[in-house]
Amino acid sequence: MTHPLKLVPDPFAPNIQKKSSRDGFGKALVELGERDKNVWAISADVSESSRTHWFAEKFPARFVQVGVAEQNMAGVAAGVAACGKTVFISAFGAFSPGRNFDQIRVSICYNDVPVKIHASHTGLAVGPDGASHQMLEDVAMMRALPNMVVLVPADMEQAKKATHAAATIKTPVYIRTSRENAPVFTTPDTPFTIGKANVYRDGKDVAIFACGMQVYEALKAAEELKQENIDAAVIDMHTIKPIDRAAIVSYAKKCGVLVSVEDHQIDGGLGSAMAEVLAEGWPAVLKRAGVAGTFGESGTCAELFSKYGVDSAGIVKAAKEAIHMKEVLKSYEVFP
Amino acid sequence: MTEDTKRLKLLANTIRQDIITMLTEAKSGHPAGSLGLSDVFAALYFFTLKHDPKKPDWPDRDRFVLSNGHVCPVLYASLACAGYFPKEMLMTLRKLGSPLQGHPHRGALPGIENSSGPLGQGISQAVGMALVAKREARTWCVYSVMGDGEMNEGQVWEALLLAAKYKLNNLVAIIDRNNIQIDGTTDDVLPLEPFADKFHAFGWNAIEIDGNNMEAVLEALKAAKAETTKPTAIIAKTVSGKGVSFMEGKFEWHGKTPNPEQAAQAIKELNDARTALEAAP
Repeated sequence: MTHPLKLVPDPFAPNIQKKSSRDGFGKALVELGERDKNVWAISADVSESSRTHWFAEKFPARFVQVGVAEQNMAGVAAGVAACGKTVFISAFGAFSPGRNFDQIRVSICYNDVPVKIHASHTGLAVGPDGASHQMLEDVAMMRALPNMVVLVPADMEQAKKATHAAATIKTPVYIRTSRENAPVFTTPDTPFTIGKANVYRDGKDVAIFACGMQVYEALKAAEELKQENIDAAVIDMHTIKPIDRAAIVSYAKKCGVLVSVEDHQIDGGLGSAMAEVLAEGWPAVLKRAGVAGTFGESGTCAELFSKYGVDSAGIVKAAKEAIHMKEVLKSYEVFP
Repeated sequence: MTEDTKRLKLLANTIRQDIITMLTEAKSGHPAGSLGLSDVFAALYFFTLKHDPKKPDWPDRDRFVLSNGHVCPVLYASLACAGYFPKEMLMTLRKLGSPLQGHPHRGALPGIENSSGPLGQGISQAVGMALVAKREARTWCVYSVMGDGEMNEGQVWEALLLAAKYKLNNLVAIIDRNNIQIDGTTDDVLPLEPFADKFHAFGWNAIEIDGNNMEAVLEALKAAKAETTKPTAIIAKTVSGKGVSFMEGKFEWHGKTPNPEQAAQAIKELNDARTALEAAP
């Protein structure tokens, strides 16, 4: 497969490189540290897991270890940022932003200081640790905050770019990565602009909007749908806020059938954000794939993606349901 | 009484009068804690803090972080008195479109270092600011005023631990120990004593003073500045509503404002105190 957005030559090659998006964050953080002495990083006792340890080893004078204290981490970061620094705080999503929402809201967003909140363990992808650690509500919380930008990179390469991009803007940013090793299907040349969705594959029958590890699953799903003569578009929604309204509306017009897929609650995440745009912008059928109002559970990442319908098979099913729904609505003359 | 103390006591009196006037006009807000802290604020803004109201963004200024944001009338009155903005603006407190928000908003007014309101958050930011100075060998000190009820918040103790870890001797927390919080006395709601011992156990220097005694406040601030190895907590025992007889020590005045008659009575009492102060040697 070749296409204008410069993905790897064969995203479905069995030997495709697999890396975690948290690694992309950690590498970019070191690059930022080398480039700008005003970049600081803070960890809440999970520096290796959240990949701030590389920065810590290299720039100890700009690294702060606060201990298991995520509320204080957010506040200290706001204080450091108020002194002219760009500060990256890292922990597991369940604890930051899970535990320190008030501090992120007031000390970071209301102060409007450049603190970048990085969560390395998010969603079902956390796997065997189970529901308490499978943060599925973080995007919903962060998306509701004024001044906040919300990024959910699809792979290791994109996580690097997201981290660099976060440092270039003055506002608070939430960066959601994963610890699971996953195919690195984008390349250093794949474009990345905050707020601009990447269309990896055009299609006319159904448009699949995905974020995080689900983008790769969506690409696989599109291949499977092609076998059944269904022409699916795949759009990488790496930015949940500000949401790319134009991309959503244009595919609503083109396909009339959309699928959202995310490793997150369908209420409050990408699916909700899309439903909002469609309701106000251009009515279309939307099927939201994701976790539907339940907690997760222990299992491998692959098992959980399958069980909760956010792997390629689940996306294929969602796409077919959405297409069927369009046909039903057509028969009632709801849609043209 | 030295020249300095007399000057500062008069400034505290001015700040108290401004607090009464602005809160009466606003018809909502928190007089008790604001009045109780007026002596501390006069000492900070007119004696201790290295700052320049004409250059609020001066990089090497001392940072003042208000952690218990609801006492912002005393902060606004002090900033206006110091010349950060015209005094007339005090009368816009809590009104639509005013930069004097009901709880402080960073960026709305010169001199406001942090937004606050939800308790426990200021001290963490103060730790961050002190840490930058320490790491980069900058000269600024960070002063944070907190409430004693605020010490109920777990975040505060996270911040205290971290400040001790990094030996932030450039950080001073001033705790308004008025023993009053919304649901009653701090002893009833959630006891803090032995309070100073807790700071010592957390690796802090702790100084207990009468927070309405200007000489004691100045002495404590000087001692904190001289500290070379650890952060300092000044436990300032204050009388809430200080300077207004019918408000003193009454937690009912935590979040209630005086009506015009009560305000006139309060201003009269403060003016009498001022006359006595001016006449003193």
